[in-house]
Amino acid sequence: MMTPQDIPLYEEVVNGFNRLSAADALGRESSDLRRTRQSAFERFRESGFPTIKNEDWKYTNIARWLKDEYALGGIPGGSGGAAAYGAVAENVRAAVERARVAELDAYIVLLVNGVWQKEDAGGLPKGVELLTVAEARQDPALSGYFERPADGRERYFAALNTALFSDGLFIRVDAGALPAKPLHIIHVFTADHNLLVQPRHVWVVNRQAELKVIESVVTAGVGTGAEAADDKGQATAKIWVNSLTEIIVHSDAKVDHTVVQTPGERTRLVQHTTVRQKRQSLYNNYNFTFPGADLVRNDLQIRLEEDHTETHLYGLYLAAGQQLVDNHTLVDHQKPACFSNELYKGVLLEQSTGVFNGKVYVHRDAQKTNAFQQNNNLVISKKATIDSKPELEIFADDVKCSHGSTVGQFSEEALFYLRARGISEDTAKGLLINAFAFDVTEKIKTAAVEAHVNQLISQHIPLTHA
Amino acid sequence: MLIIKNLHAEVEGKQILKGINLTVGAGEVHAIMGPNGSGKSSLASVLAGKENYEVTEGEVIFQGKNLLEMSPEVRAREGVFLAFQYPIEIPGVSNINFLKTALAEIRTHKGLPPLDAKEFLRLSKEKQKLVEFDAKLVNRSLNEGFSGGEKKRNEIFQLAMLEPALSILDETDSGLDIDALRIVSKGVNKLRSANNAFIIITHYQRLLEYIVPDFVHVLYNGRIVKSGTKELALELEEKGYDWLKEEAHENAPTI
Ligand SMILES: Nc1ncnc2c1ncn2[C@@H]1O[C@H](COP(=O)(O)OP(=O)(O)OP(=O)(O)O)[C@@H](O)[C@H]1O
Ligand SMILES: [Mg+2]
Repeated sequence: MMTPQDIPLYEEVVNGFNRLSAADALGRESSDLRRTRQSAFERFRESGFPTIKNEDWKYTNIARWLKDEYALGGIPGGSGGAAAYGAVAENVRAAVERARVAELDAYIVLLVNGVWQKEDAGGLPKGVELLTVAEARQDPALSGYFERPADGRERYFAALNTALFSDGLFIRVDAGALPAKPLHIIHVFTADHNLLVQPRHVWVVNRQAELKVIESVVTAGVGTGAEAADDKGQATAKIWVNSLTEIIVHSDAKVDHTVVQTPGERTRLVQHTTVRQKRQSLYNNYNFTFPGADLVRNDLQIRLEEDHTETHLYGLYLAAGQQLVDNHTLVDHQKPACFSNELYKGVLLEQSTGVFNGKVYVHRDAQKTNAFQQNNNLVISKKATIDSKPELEIFADDVKCSHGSTVGQFSEEALFYLRARGISEDTAKGLLINAFAFDVTEKIKTAAVEAHVNQLISQHIPLTHA
Repeated sequence: MLIIKNLHAEVEGKQILKGINLTVGAGEVHAIMGPNGSGKSSLASVLAGKENYEVTEGEVIFQGKNLLEMSPEVRAREGVFLAFQYPIEIPGVSNINFLKTALAEIRTHKGLPPLDAKEFLRLSKEKQKLVEFDAKLVNRSLNEGFSGGEKKRNEIFQLAMLEPALSILDETDSGLDIDALRIVSKGVNKLRSANNAFIIITHYQRLLEYIVPDFVHVLYNGRIVKSGTKELALELEEKGYDWLKEEAHENAPTI
């Protein structure tokens, strides 16, 4: 068992934070924000990085990735800005091309290591305002979003992000605004030496407004820089992304949020998303994770803070290689008459590991709650594993709740039917994986995005490794 | 076209086929009848290559080649088609994409160029008409939510699309209403030629009034216990199977 002191990154962030405080690099920030950072930092120092002894990380052992050293990137007050990425601009451009969704008419917003590349931004839709978080947190009218995070008691990665985040994207949609096109936010992460990047994003969607966002997470040649190569010229640089997004959906507002995660090897991605929903708001999340990154851990927390909300969570994870993909979701029914529905599906290939934990918490006040959850997994290879755990905690009596979880292999009957029509075994398996994923992909409302996701599925379907 | 010699097969250690001998020539229609559980579907499954059946003895020659050595998909590409007794539903696989994929693989196997989208559509329209298959069903998920009769009709639509040399129809008639039975039979009759053959498994003489067989065989307890012409089907309709069962037991080899 590693103690926190044995983890190079722990030392790096502790020293980094102390250095910053001593140098008063945070001095330009409000005293409230500094206090928030300080207390988050204390919590992180206490909790350290999670181990399998922590209930929420029981099946997700990250020790092997914490053996690597990482430099703290883009710290508050530091530069870490766009200029630093000039050298890899070509890689970044290639990554952006990969992230692009064909035939999608959208406003493209490009972020490199969490920093918005404003010069690339086209005209923004009316009623939508974009700022860098660096700007927004200096604005007295907006700084509250950073001073008082949704959860003031978080630990581990979320606490670390609060303590040391530097930049990200701030989105505000005016009340009643109905932007004609979706935003396509492309997050490119890149490093030529081992790096920890901690973006933080805040979206505020005001009353009766609508926002459609597609987020693509890609890496640009992580580890392809000259210094990063070993003596065989093999790339070795690693990047740890610890990203946090807070979304506030005000009453009667609607948010449609699609996330496509396709970062490459040597990427360790921890994405924490907290959504706060107000009265009669609607929030839809579609999350797609594909092979590539070593680790993907998504924490998606939906806090239903007022009544009559509606929430749909759809997820598809396709894991391969030695990959570990972990989806933790929480739907926190605090108030009456809210509806939530969740469907996550997983396809586990090769030696991959999948983890699904779906928590539904129904408070005593949350009468007339409707909460449904389903997790289905297709384990293709004998060496792949899945740990699926639905958790329902219900303290109200007048509720309708259900959950279910399945783990299965290919249906022999279905495979035989397809093969008996002349279709090869591999193609038949591909068709069946697509069919399995279909329940989730068909939920995507934008045809271009659906096609994009289907194309990614086909691209990663095992034809020989199964 | 097809020669089955002394075919023995078991499933989960249980002997099901106990020495089947059957020869089907090009242009012929053979009907196979027999009581429930006698092994009719098992024979069809073994011919199609279902992997949970183990052939323990005998051989099957299809168009001069050893059928039993081929994978199910190669058998299909070589021209064996099984219309299933219980076609399964595969949600999420579109009927038409599935057929497009199947036809493309079969054509590649035969060294034929793939059909372009237009040609495929034309062929599909033509065959839909032949079996009066509802266009709406063509674009749905494979058999998902289809009625029993619609599933059976879909099997025959697929058969028409893939144009196999040997078609095995496993109780295609059960589940079809009277009109559908006539339509499907008409379709099959149109597909009949001097170059292909049909094995029709059925319990009912009615189907054989529409698709007139050259031979009728009775399968009982894993063996063909009687063969004859279409008059045998009529006789069975009248007398049932008991007289044949008795005969079979009298003739069974003693150990
Ligand atoms: N997977 C299996 N495991 C064990 N027994 C099986 C299996 N599949 C078939 N059988 C048995 O093999 C025998 C023959 O079954 P088959 O389905 O071939 O009969 P059939 O002649 O088609 O009957 P029906 O007229 O009812 O369709 C039956 O006794 C059946 O229970
Ligand atoms: Mg049968």
